Amino acid sequence: MNTNQDILLTIAATLRSFLDPLLGNPDVVDVTMYGVALAAILGIIFGNAVILVWAERKVAGYMQSRPGPNRVGPIGLLQTVADTIKLITKEDIRPKGVDRWVWFLAPVVLFVPTLAAYAVFPFSEGLIAVDLNIGLFYFLAVASTVTIPFLMAGWSSNNKYSLIGGMRSVAQMVSYEIPLVFSLIGVVMLVGSLKMSSIVEAQSGIWFIFLQPVAFLIYVIAATAETNRTPFDLVEGESEIVAGPMTEYSGMKWSLFFLAEYANLFAVSAIATTVFLGGWQPPPMPAVMRDAVAFIPGWIWFAAKTYFMIFLFMWFRWTFPRFRVDQLMSFGWKVLLPLALANILVTGVGIYAYRIAIGG
Amino acid sequence: MLKDYLGIGIFLAVGLVMPLIILAVSALLQKISIRYAKTEGPAKYETYECGIETKGDTWVQFKTSYFLYALVFVVFDVEAIFLFPWAVTFQELGTPAFIKMFIFITILVVGFWHAWKEGALEWK
Repeated sequence: MNTNQDILLTIAATLRSFLDPLLGNPDVVDVTMYGVALAAILGIIFGNAVILVWAERKVAGYMQSRPGPNRVGPIGLLQTVADTIKLITKEDIRPKGVDRWVWFLAPVVLFVPTLAAYAVFPFSEGLIAVDLNIGLFYFLAVASTVTIPFLMAGWSSNNKYSLIGGMRSVAQMVSYEIPLVFSLIGVVMLVGSLKMSSIVEAQSGIWFIFLQPVAFLIYVIAATAETNRTPFDLVEGESEIVAGPMTEYSGMKWSLFFLAEYANLFAVSAIATTVFLGGWQPPPMPAVMRDAVAFIPGWIWFAAKTYFMIFLFMWFRWTFPRFRVDQLMSFGWKVLLPLALANILVTGVGIYAYRIAIGG
Repeated sequence: MLKDYLGIGIFLAVGLVMPLIILAVSALLQKISIRYAKTEGPAKYETYECGIETKGDTWVQFKTSYFLYALVFVVFDVEAIFLFPWAVTFQELGTPAFIKMFIFITILVVGFWHAWKEGALEWK
């Protein structure tokens, strides 16, 4: 337990003591606190989308030796705000021939798993909306349904490029979900729990990236594919199929796709942080230094690691060229899947070897 | 325990309502902005396929390669569901559980090898 209380936990405790006499029933207070956590998470999602769009353009700019957005606001920070205002007032065109209801529902439905996944992220010790006992499994289950809205959008747009994009998105997400799920099983074997807070606490000694380096590599590759980012952006490869499933969307519906994309980018990075990079815990360091940095709250470490992962994903985008469909599929099934299975086997044998070595 | 899932339920419900609110606000703001900059044209509502007029039906029968991958996926996805409870209790169950899961995965790997050999994983 941290000796000095972190500010967000203090706010939560104050709110609780304020609500307690007001509502009486402790269960009602708990449910109200879910609402508070939800509001905070919505703030994170929207704020993050604004920052990440700016960061993406800035990173892209510097990697191509140009400054990126730098006119609106200091160092271009208000560029995305201006873009948001533009998008929200932009005319929302419905092209003729679309399958009306499916087409309308796709961006709406896409937001549900995106938001629901955030419920189990352990931002800091005690700072987790719903600490489910099957947290990691819940995340995987919810995140995998992101495929469906993309297929809905691709199918209903009545556009051949959209249809190809939608089909590709299903094939790609389905293929890379298997290595993604299998890469996390090694960690679950080490922890013996699916609860997010237990997974982070199990890494107080050593981060799992050091115990499961192969799993981490598989996870990062599969997560890049799951979020449809370069080099796996065949779903929306603009030089091949315009914008894939998003081609026929405009205005705010298109923005919802974009919002979900950046929310999902943050989500996979947050899971990488939680499972492999020690979550809210500071990096391993000598005890003297540990005391010196004890005043930094856990969510700062969490955010720093998550943003580092996001930067890594942005870095990939400007480093690797796009895969071809057949290369994508054979890489997922013939390289990543056997590797992930082997990782489970090696982890199992490793745990036994370790037990024998320590004489247990 | 049940309360946890009520929290999840709140997240799901708000996840559905939130985009509707955003779209409603956007629709209201459009009413104002469009008054100043409404454009009309013969091509405005056309399907966008890089400027060329769209030809023929979009909703046609599609490549079967996708279907083959989906079949293999279902097998491994169900396996993943079996693997998670096993992985959670792995350290308590001991050697027999490890051997049983090894046999289980071996059977699946044989099936996977067969699908590979038969060319289900080739993109045609």
